[in-house]
Amino acid sequence: MSATGSTPASVIEESLPHEGWPGGEGAEVPPGIGPYQLAWRRLRRNKVALAFGGLFLVILILCLLAPLYAKYVAHTGPNSENVDTALNQFGVPLGPTWHAKYFLGADPVGRDVAVRLLYGGRNSLEIGFEATLITIVLATLLGVLSGYFRGPLDGFISRAFEVIWAYPVYLLGIVLGVVLAISGLDLGLFKIGSSSLLITALIIGVIYTPYVGKAIRGQVLGLREREFIDAARQQGLGNFRIMYQEILPNVASTIIVFIPLVLANAILTEAGLSFLGAGVRPPNPSWGTMISEGINLLPSAVHTMLVPGIMLVLCVLGINVFGDGVRDALDPRAKIRIDH
Amino acid sequence: MSSGARTPSANGYLLDVEDLKVSFRTEDGVVRAVDGVSFGIKPGEVVAIVGESGSGKSVTAMTLMGLTRSPNATFEGRALFDGRDLVTATDEDLRKVRGAGIAMVFQDPMSSLDPVQRIGKQIVEQIRTHDRKISKAQAYDRASELMERVGIPRAQERLRSYPHEFSGGMRQRVMIAMALSNAPTLLIADEPTTALDVTIQAQILDELRQLRTETGAAIILVTHDLGVVADIADRIVVMYAGRVVEQGTLDEIFYDPQHPYTWGLLGSITRIDRDRSQRLPAIPGLPPSLLRPPEGCHFRPRCPHAYDRCTQVPELKARLADAADHLDRCWLEPERKRRLRVVGDQIGLASEEAVIS
Amino acid sequence: MSRFIVRRLFSMIGVLFAISVLTFLLFNALPNPALRLAGRFASAAQIAHINHQWGFDQPVYIRYLTIMKLVFTGKVISYDQQVNVDHQLLQYLPVTASLAIGAGIIWLSMGILFGVLSAWRAGKWLDRGLTVLALIGVSMPVFFLGALMSYYLGDKWGILPAGGYVKLQDDPAQWFVHMLMPWFALSVLFIGVYSRVLRSTILDTVNDDYVRTARAKGLTERQTMTRHVLRNSLIPIVTLFGLDFAAVIGGGAILTESVFNLHGIGQYAAQSVEALDIPPVLVITLFGAFVVVILGAVTDILYAYLDPRIRL
Repeated sequence: MSATGSTPASVIEESLPHEGWPGGEGAEVPPGIGPYQLAWRRLRRNKVALAFGGLFLVILILCLLAPLYAKYVAHTGPNSENVDTALNQFGVPLGPTWHAKYFLGADPVGRDVAVRLLYGGRNSLEIGFEATLITIVLATLLGVLSGYFRGPLDGFISRAFEVIWAYPVYLLGIVLGVVLAISGLDLGLFKIGSSSLLITALIIGVIYTPYVGKAIRGQVLGLREREFIDAARQQGLGNFRIMYQEILPNVASTIIVFIPLVLANAILTEAGLSFLGAGVRPPNPSWGTMISEGINLLPSAVHTMLVPGIMLVLCVLGINVFGDGVRDALDPRAKIRIDH
Repeated sequence: MSSGARTPSANGYLLDVEDLKVSFRTEDGVVRAVDGVSFGIKPGEVVAIVGESGSGKSVTAMTLMGLTRSPNATFEGRALFDGRDLVTATDEDLRKVRGAGIAMVFQDPMSSLDPVQRIGKQIVEQIRTHDRKISKAQAYDRASELMERVGIPRAQERLRSYPHEFSGGMRQRVMIAMALSNAPTLLIADEPTTALDVTIQAQILDELRQLRTETGAAIILVTHDLGVVADIADRIVVMYAGRVVEQGTLDEIFYDPQHPYTWGLLGSITRIDRDRSQRLPAIPGLPPSLLRPPEGCHFRPRCPHAYDRCTQVPELKARLADAADHLDRCWLEPERKRRLRVVGDQIGLASEEAVIS
Repeated sequence: MSRFIVRRLFSMIGVLFAISVLTFLLFNALPNPALRLAGRFASAAQIAHINHQWGFDQPVYIRYLTIMKLVFTGKVISYDQQVNVDHQLLQYLPVTASLAIGAGIIWLSMGILFGVLSAWRAGKWLDRGLTVLALIGVSMPVFFLGALMSYYLGDKWGILPAGGYVKLQDDPAQWFVHMLMPWFALSVLFIGVYSRVLRSTILDTVNDDYVRTARAKGLTERQTMTRHVLRNSLIPIVTLFGLDFAAVIGGGAILTESVFNLHGIGQYAAQSVEALDIPPVLVITLFGAFVVVILGAVTDILYAYLDPRIRL
């Protein structure tokens, strides 16, 4: 930073044309642009974020196309063990052949790594998205309710958040994973089998709810003191209308910023849980289980560990960089920080 | 260590601003925030810089302290203080002046004080920055005196308070106390009352007036409210869209204003004896964008009296024979002005306004 | 201030109670608890013994009290290995503590350093480089990073030992050398997060009005930065650190310990889960949650001390 500081943001802000500006001659008049359109424009200009978002999209599509790949390219399934063809005389699996079959090599029981990678990706990503959905929905619901109504409801929800958040993530995940894996989930309304991916997604989703929920609650606490809420009440709007019409749109940008963050963490957490054996159950593939199996083989057959690991990193990195871009685009002050 | 007397420049001015220009490079282009401002302040004078948001008044004030310096700012012109040009002064020279020769009081006292440190510590910090030899205890004593002087009860105790434990008016007094800690010869107050209740406004202005009498410091009062100015200013500088459009003594501005913008400002001051059937007068339109300002006089698009000559930038000069220091930027002849500025029975800016019956 | 502390402590106790109840209920949800507790190869007599000792034939609230009593008086026996869980815990604690404290020092200091550097040179190459590193750090699963380090730096090139733990009192040099990779593997994620949070906070703070006031007072740029900007910007970092450190001690280093074969609390938990050995998992879960809540309360109190506005 320069020795004598930076231009006060307020000074620049004041000098720029405001919305709806009749202006002097030649002044550019931006037609009424909403904050989301502005943000979208800014995002479009951020080539790096877009590139990484594209990377994630490519990985996503590849994984979705897993069955096609398995059928038409590799001619083998994710769980078909071909011990004879894929392992050498010492029982060490084939390294990457860069051909259609065993493109990325084989794993310790002769399965095609590339095929498993894509199927595993499907599982990991499915869990990731489901967990994110659960977190966002629960956190928004609980955050808005507790922030808006306060009182005993808020007290209860906040304590619940604290309790859930107090458990170190993986411990809670493991405990729940084991408990639910043994007995499945039976809430009367619906049952989930013990080997369903939804269990893992549910666990991860619940674990991250306090993190997002607290943030939303904090924002709602601030919002409800603002005049436009009083104005809405004076118009006779009921509480739920107010929450839906006035509070929710304002919280929306916070939610948008959290989505990539939660998604990235959910995928990493799933990988960690699966690595420890408390997530996806064998023989179903997941990047976490593949890495775990790969580590057991070390020091031979490094590819069995490297391949899923690199894929995982690229996937999460794509989400994180893109998410960063989204956050920058939504932050109005980003406009002010020009050269520093 | 007291700051002592400053050496006024040759013409007796404490601060002499000559054709100051400040531009900022932004994402959308170059903004000419200040486009040729000149004025002078004599020791002990109160000069009010009046204008609306975006007029460049705050930028002018902050530039005097070097607070607008940044990689995307460019400066032209000079501001002479104590024999030094503040615009081109080195960081070290500037640092010596800040908080000592020239001190500043800002608009929002809540955010202008460090929320996590005690008030006493913040005042003492300013004292000890300019006086390395003074002991902590002495500095705290001086801080306590200053607080008392601006009317804060139980000053000794309150030194240990945090900013959020004061009310808005009290906080502003603290800021003033802090600004006075090194006996500055020039105090710049940037909208000191805008963030405060009207009742407190009067108190703060009283405070400033008293301080001027007691310490003999000159004051630059930056504000958008002409009403605030009437009681306290000796001279007024009216700014619009980055330029000075008129400047003169208090009486000259209030009773013989020479620029249509000033008429508009005066006309928009509400009065109790106003005819209620008429709408509150306001200057129609909005200030221009400083990215692409209008050609010629910046006020031309909003001025009902504009004519073809107004596409040329009017010089800032004295156009009245008997008032050498009353300057304005308007091509209209003084005779015409006297007629045009009367709207109804007082001074204002004529425009088509509906009458509410 | 003291009122704040008392309130906070009461709240903490409430949460601790809720956690113990929740954990208890979780374990209660397991069918055939006696069978699970006894491990895979139990005899009928063992199962009966467990039923009695843990009170499974009693109503719920008595069971809760019985189990809590067992846990807190240190009498929980792991049925898989017939050893006292609390003793095991104490044995494994130094490892996790070494890991947590060492990593904590590294990630706090480097996180702050990188954050300050990034903010100082915001927009320039150094900032961009550090941001890239931070993003990679945040996207890298710790077990993968650990496996990579262990394999390449350890097995393949032999620069550092691939895993295992040497006690501090036995051989400090070896202890240090063995801990280096685990420390860094664990720190990378936090360094990434902290540097970005600090960078962002500093850049926001620099635009705050009181920073302008500080300059207007005549402070040098350096004084302004240290006394006002950093002082305010570091406060959120303190909170983050308190929570993260607690989580790591409480068993959050489970992945790192597994990869580097460090016999700490986390690995103990992982192994117990694999063997479906419930008592250790129960105790460790309680321990982990308690540590987080207690350190969380301490952190909150520290935060209130640093930021007086919170005390209201």
